[in-house]
Amino acid sequence: MSKKKRNPHDKRRITRRTLREWGFGYLFIAPWIVGVSIFFLYAMVRSLEFSFSKVELSNGVILHPLENGIFENFVKVFTTDVNFPTILANFGVGLVLQLPVIIAFSLIIALLLNSKIRCRSLFRMIFFLPVIIATGPVMSKLTAQGVSSVPMVSQNALLSILSELPEFIYQPISNLFSGLIMILWNSGIQILIFLAGLQKVPRTLYEAAKIDGASGWESFWKITLPTVKPLILLNSIYTVVTLATGGTNEIIELIYTATYTATQGYSYAMAMSWIYTLVVSVILLLVFLLLREKSDRHVVYEQKRVVIKGVPVKNG
Amino acid sequence: MKREKGKKAFENRKEKIKKLMLGSAEKRGFVGSFVVYLLLIVISFIFLYPVLYMLSRSLMSRNDLLDSSAMWIPSSITLHNYESAILTMDYWNSLLKNLYLAVVPTLAQVFICSAAGYGFARYNFPLKKLWMGILILAFLLPSQTIALPNYLVFQNLRMIDGTIKPFLITSILGQGFKSTLCILIFYNFHKQVPQSLIEAAEIDGAGHLKAYFQIAIPLAGAAIVVVTLFSFVWYWNETYLVRNYLGYGTTRNTALTTLMLELNNFDKSYENAYTTWASSVTSTDRINDAVRMAGTVLAIAPLMILYFVLQKQFVESVDKAGITGE
Repeated sequence: MSKKKRNPHDKRRITRRTLREWGFGYLFIAPWIVGVSIFFLYAMVRSLEFSFSKVELSNGVILHPLENGIFENFVKVFTTDVNFPTILANFGVGLVLQLPVIIAFSLIIALLLNSKIRCRSLFRMIFFLPVIIATGPVMSKLTAQGVSSVPMVSQNALLSILSELPEFIYQPISNLFSGLIMILWNSGIQILIFLAGLQKVPRTLYEAAKIDGASGWESFWKITLPTVKPLILLNSIYTVVTLATGGTNEIIELIYTATYTATQGYSYAMAMSWIYTLVVSVILLLVFLLLREKSDRHVVYEQKRVVIKGVPVKNG
Repeated sequence: MKREKGKKAFENRKEKIKKLMLGSAEKRGFVGSFVVYLLLIVISFIFLYPVLYMLSRSLMSRNDLLDSSAMWIPSSITLHNYESAILTMDYWNSLLKNLYLAVVPTLAQVFICSAAGYGFARYNFPLKKLWMGILILAFLLPSQTIALPNYLVFQNLRMIDGTIKPFLITSILGQGFKSTLCILIFYNFHKQVPQSLIEAAEIDGAGHLKAYFQIAIPLAGAAIVVVTLFSFVWYWNETYLVRNYLGYGTTRNTALTTLMLELNNFDKSYENAYTTWASSVTSTDRINDAVRMAGTVLAIAPLMILYFVLQKQFVESVDKAGITGE
């Protein structure tokens, strides 16, 4: 450091070094940049074009301008397919309902696993198994067999009471019950993320709290929950993303079928997929706004951690 | 006097039992443990229920399926369903094709994503924020919007011919199945490696590339294992893009295939196979749930075996990849 200061050509040397850094930075991500430009950015533009024009298939794809207003395809999606709005609404409400179930459930399991128990690795193995095998075709085969729910749960009194509710609320709730196992199957990664976070809380912290007279309940609210709070956001976003891109959802199948159906075609399918993307984005944004960490609280948490570990505050 | 002593002893014992059952400030009691284990066992059962059901069904004969008393345990174990499923899915052949289709792009994906993750974590360069933003956007948005244009790109290049080409090209360019997530995992991991370690190597005269290959990569062993395992699983399980890239949208190809695709088309293939392979069978040999379940078991069997062999690596992956941050 001190050597550099004495060097009169200091600035130019650093610049050259910085340039080298830039070059190597780009070298490492070069394949990805090429890929993302073609298969993500260009593809996005293309699919937008498709959804705003009429596609003719003759030895390649020819785009024609639309005749009845630029939103023709989008209007068509909502007017020609009677099922689409319902399926979309069911998906949205279902996702919003499933999310807290998955998060709460995985947090509970993580807490159970984090307590002093034997066979922890066996249980972890069981809870993680669905991450490996839960895929579109497997899930649909299992759902067709009616094993997506534990028999007793699906026909209880609660559902008959709920059936008084309007259809668009009742349907997702009954889906929630009838597909309970499949929903829980989606929580493997989340459990592990919570568990990893919980295991990082030093035991001494709980002991200190106990000495100060805190009950277990208070420890949970004041120590455990603040620790996992950032993970709740992470897990929620992860959950929404996996559910939205997972193979079991009807809309993806609908888009796929529409693509290769003569009466619907590319522009119809792409309009549909953009509507879908919009819905998913709105849900993601809502989740983010609801669960994001307030900055001041974050600071307090950081300080707490620093005090506990007894190391000086690190910047950044 | 004596009576008082006895009373005291009794009180003492009562206290002890109470402590044992309900626990104390230091130790969880029996009741607490019991509840925890009970909950864990019940939840484990719920988790395993579909798998157990699948296994038990797949071993049942036709009669057992119709007999409601044989709800769980088959009266006689038959492997006939597996034989039919193997024939239907052309199992061994499909298995080999699927392995090829999963392993080769996985290797390319790990190599490229590791480099990209390292590039983002180690270096500062202009527009870095923009590229990071695109990376996160690519992770968040559903890929169905871009699936069709990508399919058309390959169609224009005449690569939708049931070969591995589209898979290989996308994975080499860091756009394979869930590549973005892989990059993020590597990014997280390389970020945790002390910068000084790599800078020290560079000062000692190692070039940037040497520092990456000789220091960063060996340090990222855990992340490499995680990404390799998961990429393999993702490539194994993906159906939407596989259908696109292999050209299943238009014509059924006889070239490459995956077991998940075979499972998707199971009913249809069974009907076809059933009419060709045996002219003498009676109509009672039509498809039933047991055969479907046998097919499902066979499709996930390779993953199950992988999981049981390497379960420690899988389960500790989240810890090791440092997703929770440090």
